Amino acid sequence: MRYGRGPEVLRDLSFDLPRGSFQFLTGPSGAGKTSLLRLIYLAAKPSRGLVSFFGRDASILPRRELPLLRRRIGVVFQEFRLLNHLSVFDNVALPLRVSGQKRKEYAEDIAELLSWVGLGDKMNASPATLSGGEKQRVAIARAVVNQPEILIADEPTGNVDPEMGMRLLRLFVELNKLGTTIVIATHDLQLVRMLDAPVMTLSNGHLQIRAPRSERHNQDASPEMSTQEDAEELSSEGTTDE
Amino acid sequence: MNSPADPAPAGNSGALLPPDSGRDTPLFIVAAILVFLACIAALGARGAWVASEKWTTDLESSLTIQIRPMDDRNSEADAIAAADIARDIPGVKNAIARDRAYAESLLAPWLGRDNLPDDLPLPLMVDIELENNAPSPVDALQSALETSGLPASVDDQGRWLGAVREAANSAKTLALALLALLAGAAAAVVAFAARASLAARIDVTDALHLCGAEDRYIAALFQRRFFMLGLKSGLVGAIFAGLVSLLVSLGETSADMAFFLPHLSVDKVEIGLLLIAPILSGLTSALSARLAVASDLRRRW
Repeated sequence: MRYGRGPEVLRDLSFDLPRGSFQFLTGPSGAGKTSLLRLIYLAAKPSRGLVSFFGRDASILPRRELPLLRRRIGVVFQEFRLLNHLSVFDNVALPLRVSGQKRKEYAEDIAELLSWVGLGDKMNASPATLSGGEKQRVAIARAVVNQPEILIADEPTGNVDPEMGMRLLRLFVELNKLGTTIVIATHDLQLVRMLDAPVMTLSNGHLQIRAPRSERHNQDASPEMSTQEDAEELSSEGTTDE
Repeated sequence: MNSPADPAPAGNSGALLPPDSGRDTPLFIVAAILVFLACIAALGARGAWVASEKWTTDLESSLTIQIRPMDDRNSEADAIAAADIARDIPGVKNAIARDRAYAESLLAPWLGRDNLPDDLPLPLMVDIELENNAPSPVDALQSALETSGLPASVDDQGRWLGAVREAANSAKTLALALLALLAGAAAAVVAFAARASLAARIDVTDALHLCGAEDRYIAALFQRRFFMLGLKSGLVGAIFAGLVSLLVSLGETSADMAFFLPHLSVDKVEIGLLLIAPILSGLTSALSARLAVASDLRRRW
């Protein structure tokens, strides 16, 4: 993948995201994480190669079909991308609203979801008045409200304290247990070390994939807490904190 | 679950596009001015149409006999005789012999009243009213006048008909071209504003896109906003155009300006034009905004 006539930012990547899996995407700044995520959430098309989603080649997908595919993908941005002129409730309801659902059809579901992420008392608030952690939870609620098959989170703990980071991670694990495929892009090695999940590491546009500890030991693939041994191995792969 | 203490927000969902507040004001003013000018152009085209119809009808339904003054003849008697001859010609509905006083009144705007010597020879006129859809009696009338020996000739106004029609058509074409230009300018201004509005709200459109909104859904948001803006600015422009037209029509110079600004009180078509202008303005704005936003979205995503 390249932007305009610039150099290729991603090349020779080949991977798949099994349904219901939990993956970390990590790598230093400028490694191409954001570009890879843009490919995954269909905000960009590859200059060459194949990006296939749900059995469809995204690079040749007719434009009118892209929105339907996007509705199956939830995205949590590092900078949240919440709309400050809308209430928390309306922000979370956005995916349902654009898909044509009526307010009375989703009002209770949104209220329940916001209660689940601990924001039941902030439904009428403007996102501008929320803390970083609260905004992050609103962004997560918006990403999962229409029960996407894939959830992509870009630096979901980048703006929150470690305790909130832990809570958000548990939230992702819960969603994964419900069947959602999760991809978390992060610099945060502490976060990566907390789960026994595959780690995709991008460096200079190339991708390395490290299988989870449980798989290497022929164990169950569900993400569990990692050992100190895994943490040291991760550090040795050159992943850097910023 | 939704606890009683924290109910889901009631009522309508918030507008997806935030209000543009002061950003739209200059566009509103420009659109109102364009609609005002377009209304004046439309009224001008309508005025040209009405005037053209009246002129051609007048020219087609009448002609004049000119009685040349001669020292040894009584011109007024000759005019009466010519009128009598004309009434017998098929296709002539009526003929009225005009006297010297009438001829002097025609010259009054240039020479003034009471300034003409009594012995100044003046040609007299006979006004002929023609029957509708009858064959032209010009040749028969000219022939009858020559046979009678009267010093008279037929002034066929139909000779001017082509030139008058051409002038009226030119005026209509000019007004309609002006109208088209103004509509195009309004559409271009709205398209520019819609693109600026889209650029200013790219965070909103990005969020909507990533939530699975279709291009037409996003374009419709801008379309609705610009329809209302076009409707309101069109209303203001049309009201001002109506007021100006009314003032000119009621003023002293209304007769001179009647060609371009017809009297509103006598023709409901002009009122209809002013009423439909805001709707057309709204539709033009909406369409222009929709196309501009859809085009930008295709480029961006």
